[in-house]
Formats: sequence, structure tokens, C-alpha cells
Amino acid sequence: MPEFSKLSSCLNLLTNIFASAFDSQVLIINMSKNIKLKRGFDINLVGKAEKKFTELAQPETFAIKPTDFPHIIGPKLLVAEGDTVKAGSPLFFEKTMDTVMFCAPVSGEIVEIKRGAKRRLLEIKILADKQVESAQFKKFSASDLNGISRDEVISHISAHGAWPQIIQRPYGIVANPATTPKAIFISGFDSHPNAPDMAFILQDKEAYFQTGLTVLSKLTDGDIHLTLSAKEEVPSVFGSVSGIKVNKISGPHPAGNVGVQIHHILPIGKGDLIWTVTPYGVAQIGKLFAEGIHDASKIVAITGSEVNEPSYIRTYTGACTNKVAEGMIKSGRNRLISGNVLTGESVGRDGYMGFYHNQVSVIPEGDYEEFFGWLAPSAKKLSFYRTLGMFSFLNRKQQHVVDTNQHGEHRNFVVTGAFEEVMPMDVLPMYLFKAIMAEDFENMEALGIFELVEEDVALCEFIDVSKHPLQDILREGIELVRNS
Amino acid sequence: MKFLQNFFDSIEPKFEKGAKWEKYHPIYEGFRTIHFSPKLVSPKKGAQIKDAVDLKRLMFTVVIAMIPCLLFGIWNVGHQHFLAVGEAATLTDKLWVGSLQVIPILIVSYGVGLLTEFIFCVVRQHAVEEGFLVSGMLIPLVLPPTIPLWQVAVATVFAVVIAKEIFGGTGMNVLNVALTARAFLYFGYPSQMSGEVWTYLGDKTPVDGYSGATILSYGAEAASTNGDMMALAASHWYSGMFEFWNMFIGIIPGSIGETSTLMCLIGALILIATGVGSWKIIVGVFAGAWLMGLGFNAIGANSYMDWPAHYHLVAGGLAFGAVFMATDPVTAAQTEKGKWIYGLLIGVMTVLIRVINPAFPEGIMLAILLLNVFAPLIDYFVVEFNKKRRLKRATV
Repeated sequence: MPEFSKLSSCLNLLTNIFASAFDSQVLIINMSKNIKLKRGFDINLVGKAEKKFTELAQPETFAIKPTDFPHIIGPKLLVAEGDTVKAGSPLFFEKTMDTVMFCAPVSGEIVEIKRGAKRRLLEIKILADKQVESAQFKKFSASDLNGISRDEVISHISAHGAWPQIIQRPYGIVANPATTPKAIFISGFDSHPNAPDMAFILQDKEAYFQTGLTVLSKLTDGDIHLTLSAKEEVPSVFGSVSGIKVNKISGPHPAGNVGVQIHHILPIGKGDLIWTVTPYGVAQIGKLFAEGIHDASKIVAITGSEVNEPSYIRTYTGACTNKVAEGMIKSGRNRLISGNVLTGESVGRDGYMGFYHNQVSVIPEGDYEEFFGWLAPSAKKLSFYRTLGMFSFLNRKQQHVVDTNQHGEHRNFVVTGAFEEVMPMDVLPMYLFKAIMAEDFENMEALGIFELVEEDVALCEFIDVSKHPLQDILREGIELVRNS
Repeated sequence: MKFLQNFFDSIEPKFEKGAKWEKYHPIYEGFRTIHFSPKLVSPKKGAQIKDAVDLKRLMFTVVIAMIPCLLFGIWNVGHQHFLAVGEAATLTDKLWVGSLQVIPILIVSYGVGLLTEFIFCVVRQHAVEEGFLVSGMLIPLVLPPTIPLWQVAVATVFAVVIAKEIFGGTGMNVLNVALTARAFLYFGYPSQMSGEVWTYLGDKTPVDGYSGATILSYGAEAASTNGDMMALAASHWYSGMFEFWNMFIGIIPGSIGETSTLMCLIGALILIATGVGSWKIIVGVFAGAWLMGLGFNAIGANSYMDWPAHYHLVAGGLAFGAVFMATDPVTAAQTEKGKWIYGLLIGVMTVLIRVINPAFPEGIMLAILLLNVFAPLIDYFVVEFNKKRRLKRATV
């Protein structure tokens, strides 16, 4: 069929013309490493933490939740109720990655091993000692680190509790120590609503951070990229880093998401492997080598409109939220969230903070009906859109009190073109979501599922008029691709 | 509003699972959520806060944007009536006559359409969706004022069932619902959809020399008889009827809501300012029609082709189609580049059908339906470009 082949070659030509027209745009961004984002959306909420500490008693219990790690399917417990542990003692590991230990954040006694349906391991609770006692591991001096081998680095980190700080892309799961990444990415700031200030939560960690970088550089043949906000002052913890590439990024949220930074610096294709670590994780790894201890202490921002005095507290990974609930939040029907309001998890007043979280958000619960709520005009309600009666767009700087009301029921996708406006990546989100819903593996891969984790589509979920649980949908897709 | 809430609470048990009216729960739910936005909260994991906009508000914005067209349409139906019968009339008279014609059509469209939706919601046990808020308004606006009410009812049922519900409801349809209703009548009952239908005469006799011709029918006539279109238009019984500005303002016979380009542009302004309608599609349709008009000007094989290109933009239903029909996000192209192509092709096709095919004096309806069908193909190519580009980036 000669006509047909002519037609298809014609289309191919068209495709290539289009493709090259877009390429040039991408290349400019690639070379400069000074990324400017236009698309995205900053959510301004009441209750940003003031840079000071609230002295709060430590909670009695801490817990590690295997559910915080999506790769864990068959955890193997190493402790039993009644055992005593030190900070850094291994608690369990995942059978498919048996060198990576998940360790106790504090010393104390294992008081409860909580299981859910089908005996799924939910929480390992530790009744903490008054004075946290750390297990002492091998220390490395600066000269030791020069000659250290990759294997030694891996075994030291993975045996003593810091390895889960290293996340791999694709899939957003704890990195497999048996693999080697193309590069390691660190985002130097958090652009989520009311996110903690990186300089504040990493105070006095400069040396550990640099040690961490030195150690991490043994893990990849490529570069370590640290990406900082172009509009903020460089936090002192990053002031004197060496041996890595420092990029700048500007623009609205999700500029601070490491996935967006990777997308513009070193896009992930099929078969590529990139590791990401938070600055907190880097410092923790650094301290493990410099001091020989697993230090799970962290500074947590307590934020949100329902917090009396939004500020920071000192605690440890997996802290129970009861002290915060008792001492810092207003009365009323509130939701206590571990993490930020876009990607966090509601844990309640007696729950445990997530492994990766260094923020608690408290906002009003929104379980009320509103008379003609879909019609009434309002400047108070926060909306990305300028739809009839929604006036929040007139003043984007205004800080809003936003509750957990979903504002409407679930519907099929109707609106088009909105997700792209909050997604500063060359990705077509709706087509990707539809591919996931249809379990179309080929299209999931081609449309960019390798580049994304939940936080990258959180803004889409926020603005979705049809109220889809898009982060869950993405995770389902990721698990489908990962297990195929 | 506590008493209304209490009322809903008091009848709720009757609609719960296992209760007497269990299967009517979607209707109960539908009525309750119209009065009160539901108390649903965000799930435990993921985004804990949600944008304040939902589909109801979005759809309602479109309805508001159509109100200028509706009001002008009501006036114009009355105005054309009194022009044709040669009587002087006040504004009130015109609005009264117009309302008597238009409001029943509106009521039938909404009434029958919602009833059909409710039946489907009960049978299929899905929630009452908002899509018909817009379709129910669109259908009357694209019909002639003389349309028999039973035809409105039949067409609405056909459109809701065949164009939408069998595909799975709002968000799943391939063809624009309101245009399907119009196309159904156009092909099923042509005598009520073409010819002397655009002006409501009632039982009165029109003035001497009256004809119900539209500018597009003059064009088609000129093209087939090789006559002079402008001369035909100038010889219209009411002089000045088809001058550019008269058509732009919309004081011409036609479907109820489509005649006024000005009112459509006000609607477009609302849609674009609120971000609900895609400006790319609207601009695309106008640009496509104008460019195609210019192309025909260059060929100039007959007097219709010579018709100045900008006249195409104010004639017939082009503006209304561009602003309210082509922008339907469900049936339009869904990628941003696709929207340009989609809009442009609608404009091009509209003028092509108008000028080349005398069997169909107006082309916008068929152009949009055709491009509804092709929109997924346009998107397919845009998505393929994206995939290719992504692949190239990652392997550099």
C-alpha cells in the first residue's frame, strides 16, 4: 500500500519536527543547571513554624512503622516484646533485601508489636529510656574515609539503620545496596506548605553533612547533585560543601521536590537508577561514620492553623504525637498529620510520626455540610482556580486556614489542562493516570512513571476537581510496573 | 438551614441499604448534595486538603456564561416576531413573546433531561452528575424558536441516553451531548430544523415580501445558482438585516441563543477569565474559520467564496459553537497542543461545509461533531510526540 506508507512517513516527519522544536527548549535548561520553573502552585497556609524551640517533654513511646516503606512485603522481626534495645539496634529487615537493617531510634524496651489484618506488621513500639543510650559502632576518621571501599560504606550504613534514608528512583523505595546509581540527588529545601526551614532543622550539622557527602560519593560513579532554592539565602549547612555539583532552582512549589530537580538535570529513562537522600539523611549518615552512632534525633516543625504557637521541637524518629496533642494544639475537631498537608498521613493524637517526616501539621477536620457550599462565593476558601465565586486568586500571598473537607464528591475526569499547570515536568499527568487505571504498562513507562513518586503528583491531587486519590493511583501504578 | 438538614436526616433511613427506597439513594444523595456540599473529608493518607472547587461550581460557571445569550435570545425571538408581522412593539412585548416561546423549551429540556438522568442513576446506581446542568441549557439555545416541544423532549432523551449515559455518564462521552440532540433533530425532523423555522410567527401573517432566509441560505443559493450572494442579501425584505454589525450584535433570525456574536463573546470572556473554557480552542475556531474564509476569497470561484472572510465569524452559530460547544472539555482534544489543532480544524471545517456543501447551509454543528470524533486521534499524536521526546531526553 504505497499511499499508506507515504502517509505514515509524512506523519513521522511531522512527529520529528514537533519533537525537535521542543528539544531545544529542554536543552537550554539542561546546560545551565539554573532552573527556572513557571508552573506550580504555592499553597500559603496559616501556621508556619517560628524559628524557635518549644520545650516539650519527650513522649513515652516511639515506633517504627514498616508501612512507611512501600518495598516491605515480608519483614523479618529480630526482636520480641520485652526485649531491650539501644538506639541503633536492629529491629527487623525485609527478606528480599536482607542486609538493610531497620533500627531502633531510641533505647528502651519493646513494649508492643502491633499487627493488623493478615498479621501485617504495623508498628514496633519502644518504651524509651529517660536517657537515650546509643549502640557504639566503628568510627571513621577523615583519613579512614579516604581509603574506604564502597562495600565497607554500604555494609556500615545498611547494618546500622541509616540506609533507609537512601531512596531510589524509579519507584520511590529504599535503595537496593546491590545496585549502583547513575547519580545521587539531594534537594536542599522543602517547598511544601509550611515546610520546616532546612537551615533550622540542620543546625550544627555542617560537619556531619560534609562527612555524609564524602561517604555517599563512594556509592556512585556519577555526581552528587545538591539543588538549592535560588530565591533563599544559602543555609549555612550547605555553605562549605565540596566535591559535589550545586544547582539552583526557582519557582513555585514543587520546585523543592527532588523529582522535579532530577527531571530538569538528569532525566530518568528506562533502566536508569538514581538515588535521593534528604539533607537530614545525609547528616545522619555522616554522623554514623564520624561518631559511630545511629542518631535518630530530629528537629520537627509543628505547624498549622490549629497549633497554638507554631514552632519547632526536638525529638526522635517515630515519636508518639501525644505530647504535641496535649501541649501545643488548640481544642476542637482537629486532624493531626505527620508530614505536610499535601503528602502527609493523618496519625491521630496518639499515633506515631512517619519515618521520613520532620513536620507535624494540625488543621481543622472538615466533616460538616455547607449550605450551597458549591455555589456560595468566598475569598476565604483556597482554590487554584478562578472559577465563579472563588476569589482566593486575587491575593495569592494571603495565608489561608484550610480544613480537610473534600469540597465535593468523586467524579470522572472532566477538566483538562489543569494538572499540567501545576506539574513543571514534561509529563502529561492525566494520560499517565488513565494508563495506570487501565493497567497499560507500556504507556505507564512511556508517559513517565519512572520519574515520579507520590509527592510529585500531590498538587494534582489537591487541585483535582473530580477528587481522585491520585497519589494512591500513582503508587498502584508504580507497584504494577515494579512487580511486572 | 438546620431544618432542611434535619429533614434530609429524617428521610435518610428510608434510602439506606436494605431500606424500602434503597435503590433511590442516588436521587436522595443528588438532592442533598445540591443543597449542602457533602461532609466528605480527605482520606487518611495523601493530600489532606482539597481545592474548594468541585464540578458543580465549574459547570455552573458555564451556565452563568450562557445567560447573556439566553436573555438576548429571548428578546431577539420577540423582536424578530414583531419585525416579521410588521407590528410595533415595546421591549416588554418582545420579552413576553420571546419568553412564551423560549421558557417552555428550556423547561422541557431540563425536565426531560434530568428525569432521564435520574432514571439512569437509579438503574445504574451511580451518583447524579452535573453534566446536564450545562447540556440542559445548551439544547434550547441551539434550537429554532419554533421547534415543537415534543421534539425537544425526544431529542433530549436521545442525546442523554445515546450520547452520554451508555458511555458511562459525564466525563465519558465521545460526542457533545447538546449537539447530538441538535443533530438528531436535524436529520430526523429536517422540516422543523431548516427553512422557515428561524422566526416565530405564531398565527399571524407576515409582512409582504417576508422570507425566513438566513445569510447562509443566501450563500448556498448563490453558490448553486451562480448568483450574487451580496445582492441576494441586500434584497432581503428587511433592509440592513445582514450587514456586518447587525449580525455581530445578533438581531437576525436563527437558533435561540446563537445569533449574537457579541453575547457569545461576553460568554467567552467569562469562560476565559474564570479559566473554565480553553481560550486556545475558542481562538482556534475563529482563526480557522477566518483563514479558510481568506482561502476561499483567494480562490473566488463564486460569490459565496468572495464573501469577506470576517463575515463568516458573525454568521450562523460559529461563535456560539466556538465558545460553548467546542470548549466542552470532555469531547474536545485534551492536550494543550491538541486544543489548537482541534479548534483550528473546527473553524476550517465549518467554513468548508458552508461554502462547498450547499446541502448543509450551516457547518459548525457537523464540524464540531466530526472533530469530537477525531479529538482522540489528535491527542494520540500529541501524546506520541511527548513519548518520543521523553525517550530522546532520557537517552541523551
